[in-house]
Amino acid sequence: MQNFLRDAGEFMPILLQGVWLTVVVTIGSLLLSTVLGLVWALMRVSGIGVLSHLSAGLINVIRGIPIIVLLFYLYFVLPEFGVAMTALQASILGLGIAYSAYQSENFRAGIEAIDKGQIEAAQTIGMGWWMTMRRVVLPQAVKIVLPPYGNIMIMMLKDSSQASTITVAELALQGKLIASSTFKNTSVFTLVALMYLTMSIPLILLVRHFEKKASRK
Amino acid sequence: MIELTNVHKRFGSNEVLKGITASVDKSEVVCIIGPSGSGKSTILRCINGLESYDAGDILVEGAKVDNKSPSIVAIRTQVSMVFQRFNLFPHRTALENVVEGPIYVKQEPRAEAFERGRALLAQVGLADKVDAHPAQLSGGQQQRVAIARALAMQPKAILFDEPTSALDPELVGEVLGVMRKLADDGMTMIVVTHEMGFAREVADRVLFIDGGVIVEQGGAKSVLDKPQHARTQDFLRRILHPL
Repeated sequence: MQNFLRDAGEFMPILLQGVWLTVVVTIGSLLLSTVLGLVWALMRVSGIGVLSHLSAGLINVIRGIPIIVLLFYLYFVLPEFGVAMTALQASILGLGIAYSAYQSENFRAGIEAIDKGQIEAAQTIGMGWWMTMRRVVLPQAVKIVLPPYGNIMIMMLKDSSQASTITVAELALQGKLIASSTFKNTSVFTLVALMYLTMSIPLILLVRHFEKKASRK
Repeated sequence: MIELTNVHKRFGSNEVLKGITASVDKSEVVCIIGPSGSGKSTILRCINGLESYDAGDILVEGAKVDNKSPSIVAIRTQVSMVFQRFNLFPHRTALENVVEGPIYVKQEPRAEAFERGRALLAQVGLADKVDAHPAQLSGGQQQRVAIARALAMQPKAILFDEPTSALDPELVGEVLGVMRKLADDGMTMIVVTHEMGFAREVADRVLFIDGGVIVEQGGAKSVLDKPQHARTQDFLRRILHPL
């Protein structure tokens, strides 16, 4: 235990640098996946055949490719076609695209849970599609969507570790580097696990809060 | 004011309207009665474009109803609808439900819309419920809010789709009372209903619809008290004397 505390004091500063990148990757890809997911979901429920099918097809393609392969593709393959980006950019883009599929399915479920009668009521007072979405559907769908959204946040935080495979020096990669140079596997990976857990706990509490709010209609 | 000419509508292979021709004049109250599945509600839904129709013409003040055309918005702001299941927006208060259309569709100034919204809620007897959410209101109160929401659009006509069918029996009266007042004030109304008492006392005309066609129509009292067709007689007997 004393050894662990001593190691912790020594490795913490380096690991915290990794935490910073973990947070950047998570928040960046969370924002991107939210925006993309909303776009896919709105396309899906637009009632316009082309958009709806395009969205459904895209989601299936994205869902069918492992995140790690998507990351390799963005970071190693695209430069061959003249599209180069930094590892950080590629990881945010890759995770953002990968998770947009799950976000979209969650948003769609929330939108479709709104009673059709309300949509008709909105139409009969002259609202168009977009205004019906903005004023009637989305404000109610948010409550339904938030608990699963919180769970997606937790999954994204953990999956941000996959950015390590394309050289983003976030928490997991920093841990691996320290471990392989010091051979203190136990201390280092225990620390890494504890740090992920520490970041997850506020999110877990947030999900619980969302769930309470959603059930208290 | 509202004219239907030979309107046909099918859902898949099921033809629900088989050539409906009817017209409603300004300030007229027309009740549509008939067995369930006869196409009554579909007529209302076609008039304000919630459903498209396959053949024939529907004109509202001379403008053709076409729910694929942008002109449908103008028609909907002139012809409001009240639904069987109220369809209030549950995330907004009674007053917010009422002012939603005026503010966001008709772009009325907020203060004005809110003031008129309060007056409308007072008119339907809900002055003390302006800040209540739909979940805190009884069915009858919710339906009266829905009527106030329809009125807030300052429509030229209101379509009522079985407005009391989802209500507990003791709440039916308060909604019919509000509707009768509207009729007395000269509102043009088309009401799909099973309330024969209301039809007899308030309607100018009654249409009896069965199997997608108008079987019989005429003055309310003559259709309801002296029906000519066997199907009308049979329907009224079953409605008025269910045992």
